[in-house]
Amino acid sequence: MFSAFDPIVLARIQFAFTVSFHFIFPAFSIGLASYLMVLEGLWLRTGRQVFLDLFRFWLKIFAIAFAMGVVSGIVMSYQFGTNWSVFSDRTGPVLGPLMAYEVLTAFFLEAGFLGVMLFGMEKVGRGLHFAATCLVALGTFISAFWILSANSWMQTPAGFVIGANGQFLPGESWAAIIFNPSFPYRLVHTVIAAYLTTSLAVGAVGAWHLLKARHGKAMPSDGAGAPPAAVASPHPTSSVEAARTMFSMAMWMAAIVAPVQIFAGDAHGLNTLEHQPAKVMAMEGHFQSHPDGAPLILFGLPNQKEQRVDYAVEVPKLGSLILKHDLNAPVTGLDAFPRDKQPPVAIVFWSFRVMVGLGVLMLALGLFSLFARARGKLHDWKLLHRFALAMGPSGFVAVIAGWITTEVGRQPYTVYGQLLTRDSASPLAAPAVGASLVAFVLVYFAVFGFGTWYILRLMAKGVEPHEPPLSETVPVRAAGIVPGPAQQGERA
Amino acid sequence: MTADPTLATIWAFLIAFAVFAYVVMDGFDLGIGILFPAFGVGEERDSAMNSIAPVWDGNETWLVLGGGGLFAAFPLAYAILMPALYPLIVAMLLGLIFRGVAFEFRWRDPGHRKYWDLAFTGGSTVAAFAQGVALGAILQGVSVSGRAYAGGWLDWLTPFSLLTGASLVAGYAMLGACWLIWKTGGMGQLHAYRLAGRAGMLTVAAIVAVSLASLMLRGGAYRDRWLDMPNVLFTAQVPLLVTIFAAAFWWALAKRKELMPFLLALGLFLLSFMGLGISMYPYIVPTAVTIVEAAAPARSQGFMLIGAGMLIPVILAYTGWAYWVFRGKVGAEGYH
Repeated sequence: MFSAFDPIVLARIQFAFTVSFHFIFPAFSIGLASYLMVLEGLWLRTGRQVFLDLFRFWLKIFAIAFAMGVVSGIVMSYQFGTNWSVFSDRTGPVLGPLMAYEVLTAFFLEAGFLGVMLFGMEKVGRGLHFAATCLVALGTFISAFWILSANSWMQTPAGFVIGANGQFLPGESWAAIIFNPSFPYRLVHTVIAAYLTTSLAVGAVGAWHLLKARHGKAMPSDGAGAPPAAVASPHPTSSVEAARTMFSMAMWMAAIVAPVQIFAGDAHGLNTLEHQPAKVMAMEGHFQSHPDGAPLILFGLPNQKEQRVDYAVEVPKLGSLILKHDLNAPVTGLDAFPRDKQPPVAIVFWSFRVMVGLGVLMLALGLFSLFARARGKLHDWKLLHRFALAMGPSGFVAVIAGWITTEVGRQPYTVYGQLLTRDSASPLAAPAVGASLVAFVLVYFAVFGFGTWYILRLMAKGVEPHEPPLSETVPVRAAGIVPGPAQQGERA
Repeated sequence: MTADPTLATIWAFLIAFAVFAYVVMDGFDLGIGILFPAFGVGEERDSAMNSIAPVWDGNETWLVLGGGGLFAAFPLAYAILMPALYPLIVAMLLGLIFRGVAFEFRWRDPGHRKYWDLAFTGGSTVAAFAQGVALGAILQGVSVSGRAYAGGWLDWLTPFSLLTGASLVAGYAMLGACWLIWKTGGMGQLHAYRLAGRAGMLTVAAIVAVSLASLMLRGGAYRDRWLDMPNVLFTAQVPLLVTIFAAAFWWALAKRKELMPFLLALGLFLLSFMGLGISMYPYIVPTAVTIVEAAAPARSQGFMLIGAGMLIPVILAYTGWAYWVFRGKVGAEGYH
């Protein structure tokens, strides 16, 4: 059935599909683990119930997101071998150790302490439990460190020699491999993206419950700025307090991190211009070189066949200003690269615009929240809440768009400038790759669709006052011995 | 720069250790999944699930170390075996997805719980079977040309590999039942004793069948290794010990021992695993690629060995601590 397809194209689709799906979950769990650490720390410090309620609420969501991240991640760790065996053989001596260190320093740490974090509060006491939460959060960060180092090496390979058998072999210094030229920039940009993504998701949940609380309360005082908590509403006081607390925390995070991210992204872009100019040219849509100042192409339809951007809307000289910080600086275009060494421009061009556009909206949300906070209307401004709600998924979309930009921009190479994608694949027949692709698509949509639905349902339900712990829900006594009156319900 | 035989051998043992850790630790998780339909809906299923909920994720991580370690330390073996086992690896991964999410989803969605329980069983069984078939496929050998797999995508499918697949399912079920004997009480435990007896019978029969069948493989290469003098004086200890362990296993079940059956089941796995080692050494892809031929250069293996040497003891320590936190019978101490 798939015989007519190119197995390499099918393998690429499979990798893009599985990695995009997978990446959503770590992007969320990196930020959420840190947020949980902050919530538990605040609870231990202040003793305020609202922090414990929020911790338990987000812990349930974290458990689902983390489980989906784990199972979709294992797929990635085997896919290098199944679909990209030549790549694995060639890069194993360099990339393998980085991934082995990820398993040894991060995966075991996360998995080992996750059980205690989820189920162990009453077994180990608060101090040790907090330590477990911190170690899980640390594990998510270390994991990002190693996998982004490996990815960055594929973008800007360094510190290697080529062996007689064609393998990339480590050179004198592992530091040169790990801290390859694009790694520091990519690490900062990606980890901040994870924090921003999480804060937008948390903010949207807070906003939703603030909107719901307003909707439910008596109309006359609507908009008058009276604290909704003071009025009888279907939401008990403590859930409104929880919604306000998470909304406020999330908006602080967005207001601080969104501008930082724009600077980090700019620095990352300049680094890419230095090491992977073709990618930046594809992002900007510069097919032609501009010896005396390049315009900034805002929109247009990249036409790779004709090597031009149709219907381009452009601002003269602005491109040079952004890329070189000089209005008249010359900018080399894709015409400097042979056609078969150019990335697919339209995908990179558009995914980059999606990411930047959403980044600007995130900045706007952060500024709006600061303005509302200054006017004392953070918890009462419906427009702000609606905006924050609408921006809830934007972090995920921006993360995927950014990922597409950088990965498609690396094409036609897997190891930039060194190993072509078409020379990296396994010697597989199209039917095998096609059938597994179909299976992954079906299973991912079904399983992760349910998971996302469960997460959304928990989010919609909101924080319950005195949120029950996510504990081992054991039907108390072993069967038949003591039919326990102490039996409790399921985990909510 | 080339591979170092000593380092390569150390890494072969480390990866064997990771695979063995995976097989026994996730083995009882998967075994509980395999046996799940035999458990009563409600308390029995819930306690079985809860007995592994805090540890399954850590257990599964050994699989990532096994796969990732193979990629890092023996990239050539990884590059040959993964395409050779392609449909099996994909089936295992999909099975593990269903199994892994079922832990969370069955609690989140009581309305669909029976379907997630089915996903738990189906996922566990498929993953276990695929792992067993993959083992058989490696033992019977794959076709290699140059630095790549040269066969078709269904070459692994033989009666022998199906036998090893079924054997591993039986073995995991035995481990799962023994784990439940240790971790539960009352009716559930009695049920687990019965299941452990049956699964143990199947497992021992499977060990015998796979051992005999493997003597015919690869033109008798394994037979010569096991039965030639003077090797046989050493190798004969393995079946002898299996017999002793199997006898002790039934004695422990009959005497209603709680921890002993689990330990003896682990012993049976260890002996089988040593048997595999005897058959395969020094090959990593029998009989095409040796450990040294597949090894990454000394600089890669050495760099990793520093980390593994320091971190694996630490990992074992905190993994042990996590098990200790959740020690005792599930459900005995009530809701908290």
